[in-house]
Amino acid sequence: MNSGILKYVTSWVILVLIQVLLLNHIQISGLINPYLYILFILTLPFSIPNYLLLILGFLLGLNIDIFSNTLGIHASATTFLAFIRPYVINLISSRDVLELNQTPRISELGFSWFFRYTAIMVLAHHFFLFYIEVFSFNGFLYTLLRTLFSSALTIVLIIISQYMTSKD
Amino acid sequence: MRSLLRFLARNYFFLLFLLLEAVSISLTVNYNNFQRVKFFNSSNSFTASIYEQFNAITSFFSLQQTNAELAEENSRLRTQLEHYKQTFLPNDSIAPVAETADTTLSQYDFIPAKVVNNSFTKQYNYITINKGSNDGIKIDMGIIGPGGVVGIVTSVSKHYSTGPTILNKRWSVSAKIQHSNYFGTLAWNGLDPKYARLNEIPFHVKMEIGDTIVTSGYSDVFPEGIPIGVIEEFDHASGRNFFDISVKLLTNFANLSYVEIAKNNHLEELIDLQKLNTYE
Repeated sequence: MNSGILKYVTSWVILVLIQVLLLNHIQISGLINPYLYILFILTLPFSIPNYLLLILGFLLGLNIDIFSNTLGIHASATTFLAFIRPYVINLISSRDVLELNQTPRISELGFSWFFRYTAIMVLAHHFFLFYIEVFSFNGFLYTLLRTLFSSALTIVLIIISQYMTSKD
Repeated sequence: MRSLLRFLARNYFFLLFLLLEAVSISLTVNYNNFQRVKFFNSSNSFTASIYEQFNAITSFFSLQQTNAELAEENSRLRTQLEHYKQTFLPNDSIAPVAETADTTLSQYDFIPAKVVNNSFTKQYNYITINKGSNDGIKIDMGIIGPGGVVGIVTSVSKHYSTGPTILNKRWSVSAKIQHSNYFGTLAWNGLDPKYARLNEIPFHVKMEIGDTIVTSGYSDVFPEGIPIGVIEEFDHASGRNFFDISVKLLTNFANLSYVEIAKNNHLEELIDLQKLNTYE
């Protein structure tokens, strides 16, 4: 259990650093800005208590906010992400999925399940994030484009990272 | 009472979610109040030193371009210096300008600083630099880069300071058209980081594409005449009294390594003087 916690602490630190030092500086025509750090929330174990899930989501977002001077924006988006996680998992998986596996990873659940899971979660998070950031529906289409393009890149990065970190 | 507790216990997930969302949204909405709490922004020494160490590695890769930009700025300043020498000094004078000029007379001092973090992809972009209160940086000083106006300092720690750049919808700067001296407000609309908009220029003003936009000097933040951008296109929407002007920014925010902080030596004097007006 202890090594499990250590693993999550390490992945928190690494994901936050990758996000604020590298990905926040990626810009493709002002449109695309991937947010890989939410992978942390995605890969928490199925058995995590709901309150802990929400609090971790909030703190992770706040952590990113402090680094990027966007106080509250990422915190609200990751809290939202943590909130919908149990519902999304219930929606797309049969009961034996939850009984036979411990963490939502590609190595345990296969590509198809993980892709559906990631796509729904990333789209929901990015949609929430980009509209909270703009804080208006002015330029609705432009923000929608940013959401879709950035989501696509985040999903690709998350899938790649799954293959890079899987042990087999 | 018991049914209330049961309600809370049954719905705690949703209620906790609402609580955390309420905290986050209020942080966002009250941003300006929290901005001065150093813990919450990237001028706090922990975040800033992480940025600086990483920057020490990455800046190595852009040395060549940084060098070229600084050399270019050098030569531009040298040209201006020659121009001033010829205008203001008699030809037979041997005394170099530096010796004759009394530094206490100049209104602005410039403090060089290195950029340790800078964003340009968000709606509210900020810059963090490696000079802070120990180096004499104070809140509301202007940040100037090789291309011209960059931003303003809004938060200072001992060794670092941070603040919004032009690419931040919460900040705007007083600007004028260089050759006609008509002034307006330059602000960013959150779309393309290469362009900003100049507002409040009345319809009768003559202008051309390519005209330079500079700071007006009406604020205490920037000296007059610091370049900001050039007019890319302008348009007069029917029924409006003002032009709709798109300005191509001269600062390349994607590659910004060194900046200068404009320190207004007359600031206290100015503030004292303007106080007299408000107490009347």
